[in-house]
Amino acid sequence: MDVQEEETSAAITVRDLTMAYGDFVLQRDLDFTIDRGDIFVIMGGSGCGKSTLLRHLVGLNEPATGEVLYGAESFTNAGPERRSAMLRGIGVLYQSGALWSSMTLAENIALPLGEFTDLSEGEIREVATLKLALVGLAGFEDYYPPDISGGMQKRAGLARAMALDPEILFFDEPGAGLDPISARLLDDLIIELRDSLGATIVVVTHELASIFAIGTNSVFLDADSRTMIGTGPPTELRDGSEHERVRRFLRRGEL
Amino acid sequence: MSSTMSHPGRLDLTRDEGGVLVVRLAGSWHLERGLPSVADIEQEIAGSDPAGIAFDTRDLGQWDSAILTFLVSVSRLARDRRLDFDGAGLPEGLRRLLALAEAVPEKGDARTSEDEDDFLERLGEKAIAKHRLFRNDLEFVGLLVLTAGRALRGKARFRGSDLALLIQQNGLEALPIVTLVTFLLGLILAFVGAIQLQTFGATIYVADLVGVAMVRDMGALITGIIMAGRSGAAFAAQLGSMKVTQEIDALETMSISSMEFLVLPRVVALCLMMPLLTLYGDAMGILGGAFVGVMMLDLSPHDACRWRCFQGERLRDPHRHLGVSSGRAVRPKLIGRR
Repeated sequence: MDVQEEETSAAITVRDLTMAYGDFVLQRDLDFTIDRGDIFVIMGGSGCGKSTLLRHLVGLNEPATGEVLYGAESFTNAGPERRSAMLRGIGVLYQSGALWSSMTLAENIALPLGEFTDLSEGEIREVATLKLALVGLAGFEDYYPPDISGGMQKRAGLARAMALDPEILFFDEPGAGLDPISARLLDDLIIELRDSLGATIVVVTHELASIFAIGTNSVFLDADSRTMIGTGPPTELRDGSEHERVRRFLRRGEL
Repeated sequence: MSSTMSHPGRLDLTRDEGGVLVVRLAGSWHLERGLPSVADIEQEIAGSDPAGIAFDTRDLGQWDSAILTFLVSVSRLARDRRLDFDGAGLPEGLRRLLALAEAVPEKGDARTSEDEDDFLERLGEKAIAKHRLFRNDLEFVGLLVLTAGRALRGKARFRGSDLALLIQQNGLEALPIVTLVTFLLGLILAFVGAIQLQTFGATIYVADLVGVAMVRDMGALITGIIMAGRSGAAFAAQLGSMKVTQEIDALETMSISSMEFLVLPRVVALCLMMPLLTLYGDAMGILGGAFVGVMMLDLSPHDACRWRCFQGERLRDPHRHLGVSSGRAVRPKLIGRR
């Protein structure tokens, strides 16, 4: 993808972004950069607009003002064809997996491969099997999503998000609904993916254990002032943010 | 507590020497047996203002949210009237629950109220909302046309197996209900018509009546309504749940258009199946009429087979007929997607 080949360390730049539903402004003046190879955490209290920010980053919602840049190219102002090409460089793991329930796991992964590559059916099947094996689901190719557990659905969703070897992976609340050990395993998997694939990872979460375990950079969205009030590595924010709310959040309310 | 367990709840109001209204709660109070009456207390207070409200719960048995709901009302009443509310006589648990219920003041804008709007305002708002819905529909139809255009140029993406399944679900599997309804309709038409035509000794024309009615309009109408209800509801449920589980978002972020992948095969399946189902429904209706003709009107099977409507001149425009039925079935399904 030529977007990624340009010489810049920024994978995603958010510029003066305002998110709104009609007249209701959710967040304004968002300005931050996600560097290549980072595990970037979008955090904040419930209802502050974390997931909505993710939807803006991947083009499911349109910004009220401002823009999102992938590399050096504007995603917000790109035409449909260009946008579609840019989207091919990303993968999204949705909160509940969002696997297409009428298809088997292998078919879920095969769909984007069939749409965007020239691989033969046999090759697609092989790639799908490989991706499932990478997330620890070897042998589950012909299961339907409702027949497997929530944690497995998430991992299968991750396998699908990785189908086209994206350079940027988005995770919407990866730990939600998982037991502590599964959540931990998913965190390890995220770090592993970053290190082995060299992917940039964007995670929406409010789980502190996860934030400190994986986050190399972050942005904190505040629901009261409706803007970001901190950006930087999570441990630095915890120890040295000028905003009490950020420190309080990162210490579970204990200052 | 156990001694008063089974006694139904009692509420007594007395005034002590200081003029304080003492609310005496006794027996057991459960939601399923109703709440203590706040109206009694209002009445009592309305007579003459007491110095305060206190409680006596020495004989109170088991209690649940019934008492708590009552207490919150009384507490609010006391606050409105600026009376002293003395909860000291309440059990520990109730006092704490009451404090909890009143700890956070009600958020002013959280409660949505509609009672302020007058009739004209509501009418106007509804009209604007309808207008917006109408524009949404138009937008959807436009998108569908564009998508169909892409499909004709061979650019649209959807899975053939999806289309095959949809054709099965909305064609073959709809046959039983279409059979039932159109057969009965033909039967009823023949029966009702025969009673009238018999007075003129013209029962043979029942054939025309049923044949023309079914083929000209009723077949298309009924099949259209059945399919709109059946498939429209099914599509709305499928797509709605896909929306909730973010499956549609997942398609969009893979830059696979949901119009192409989900809507188009459904529209195509219905456009293919509706004319066939309508023809089938027409035939079933005529069969229903023939059934009455042969069994009850003593028309010979020969007459019945000769059904005059098949002679052709009345069926000059079957295309229009099939068009009507397809249109009827597709329209509600589109709306179902919203």
